[in-house]
Parts: sequence; structure tokens; C-alpha cells
Amino acid sequence: MNEEPELQTAAPQRTPRESFRAGLRAGLPFAIVGFVLSLSFGVLAREVGFSALGAIIMSAIVFAGSAQFAAVSILGGGGGVGAAVAAAALMNSRFLPMGVALAPSLPGGWLKRGAQGQTVVDSSWAMSNLGDGRFDRHFLFGATAVQYSTWCAGTATGALGGSFIGDIEKLGLDAVYPAFFLSLLLAELRDRRARFVALAGALIALALVPFTPAGIPVLAASFAALAGLRRQRSAEV
Amino acid sequence: MSAQLWGVVAACAVVTALIKGFGPVAVGGRDLPAWTAGVIGLMAPALLAALVVTSALADGQRIAVGEQTVGVGLAGIVLARGASVLTGVIVAVGVTAGLRALGS
Repeated sequence: MNEEPELQTAAPQRTPRESFRAGLRAGLPFAIVGFVLSLSFGVLAREVGFSALGAIIMSAIVFAGSAQFAAVSILGGGGGVGAAVAAAALMNSRFLPMGVALAPSLPGGWLKRGAQGQTVVDSSWAMSNLGDGRFDRHFLFGATAVQYSTWCAGTATGALGGSFIGDIEKLGLDAVYPAFFLSLLLAELRDRRARFVALAGALIALALVPFTPAGIPVLAASFAALAGLRRQRSAEV
Repeated sequence: MSAQLWGVVAACAVVTALIKGFGPVAVGGRDLPAWTAGVIGLMAPALLAALVVTSALADGQRIAVGEQTVGVGLAGIVLARGASVLTGVIVAVGVTAGLRALGS
């Protein structure tokens, strides 16, 4: 019962090439899951009025699952462009603290750092976290590269062959997304403090769900990580 | 596809790039104070836990428990026992779809 899920994580002693390859391998299971997720996105986008090309281009240049689903769902519900883009921005707002956390691990000028920041997706970011405030960026790039490939391929499959796939909810495909994040979360619960922060983050998010737009509860949950200040202070005493 | 939908695609791409690029551009190139290491290390459990509960228990601005919640809960049990992410996802999807089939 106490076994950790079999997830590969970043290791600091690898060469850049080894880290990239390790990232590719670690990202593969998530890429397969991402294929299913993006397939359902392709189907949904077509139902809302996207052309197959439009859905594929959106996945290729946005590459942010929750934001894509949020925007397309709002359009499907009769919402306007502004509401759809705002929802996507809110869903992506969690990438702000992730990007700030990653920033010291990215070398180069501002343009290069900004470009490297585009490779952040939830699973790659979590797995490349070395746990001491640093990230293995080559591992991150590898884990994202394989997921990007299947994200685009899945969208194309769903957008072009959606009529053969059927009802996404009936098939239970809406359970893919939370199960995907749950596998990442379990790998992060290394100690008591991490479990406490996870519980606090979950409670903050749930408490805000009825009162705030989608995206805000997740962003607000990042404040639970401030518990890390206490550990720092304890270490200083 | 309408110009409006193409506008959504373009705007989402720009907004996402700005959000993902903000931290690395604004903060990158210099070390953060030492106290941030503990906070950064705990960011993942906080954000991932929020993503799990909002995707499994929220339907818009409503808390909702349904077949998907049961499927994800059982997936959590097999994942905690050491199953791979693929096995966990298959359990979540299978249980959710099965319960919906029984209920329909």
C-alpha cells in the first residue's frame, strides 16, 4: 500500500542528452493518455463548429489541454470569443507559478528563456522537479516533446474520425483527465508535509469552486505551497 | 470554420504563450532567494491536488459526485498500490463507462 507509483523522475547527475532521453521515456505513458484526451478534444471541437484543420492547429499552437477544453466548451455553450479566451487564460493561470518556479533553471537571454518556458506542461513540470527548488530542463524538454507529438496526433484522429468514436462521456473518457493528474499527484506525496499541502490545496480549490470562475480555484491552491516557508524557518532556527 | 473561431484559436495561442513565458522572462537569469526553494518544492502537490479535485468533483461552479468520481477514486486505489499511469487511466475510464452503462 505504501509503494510509490512507477513514475520515472528527473535525476540531476545525467548529461543533457541522457536527461532528454529519460524525459522522453518518462513522458511516454502520459503521451499515450494525452492521445486519448486530445482525441476527445478533436471530437468536441468538431461538434462546436471547428474544421478538422482548425482543431489540429489549435492543439499545435496552444498545446494546453485544460485551456483548449475550456474555450471550446464555452463556445459550445453559446459563449462569445471573449469568454472563451478568458476561460482559457484562467485555466492556464497555473502556469504562472510553475513558470516562476522553473525560471532559475533556465539559462540564456529573455527570448530563449521565454521559448523554453513554452515547453511547460503539468506532467513534464512535475517530473522534472528535482525537489530542491531546481528543475532538470532537458528532462522537461524530452517529456514534453513526446507528449506534444501525441497531442497533435490525437487531435487529428478525433477531428478527422470523430463520427466513428461516439459519445465521449458514455465511453468514460472524461475520467482520463483527473486520473492522469492523480497519478502525478501520488508521485509527489513523498512526505508528510507534501501530503498536508496537497490536502490544503484540494480544500482551497473545492471551497472556491462555487464562487469563482473555472481556473481560479487551481491558481489559488498554489498558496498552500507557502507551507514551505515554515520548513525554511525551522531550518534556520 | 468561421473567422470568430479562428480568432479564438489565435487569441488562445497568444495568451498561453504570454502566460507560459512570463515567469521565465521576468524571473529567469537570476537565482531566487533561498526561502523560495521550499515553496517551489511544494507547488506541485498543491496544484496537482487542486487539478484532481476540480476535474473529478466540479461541474462548472457546482460540486458534483457521479460515476466519474467513483472511477477516479478506484483509479487512485490501484495507482497508490503501484499501478502504472496507463493502468490507472484504464480503470478510471472502464469503471466510469461501466457505471454509466448500468445506469442508462
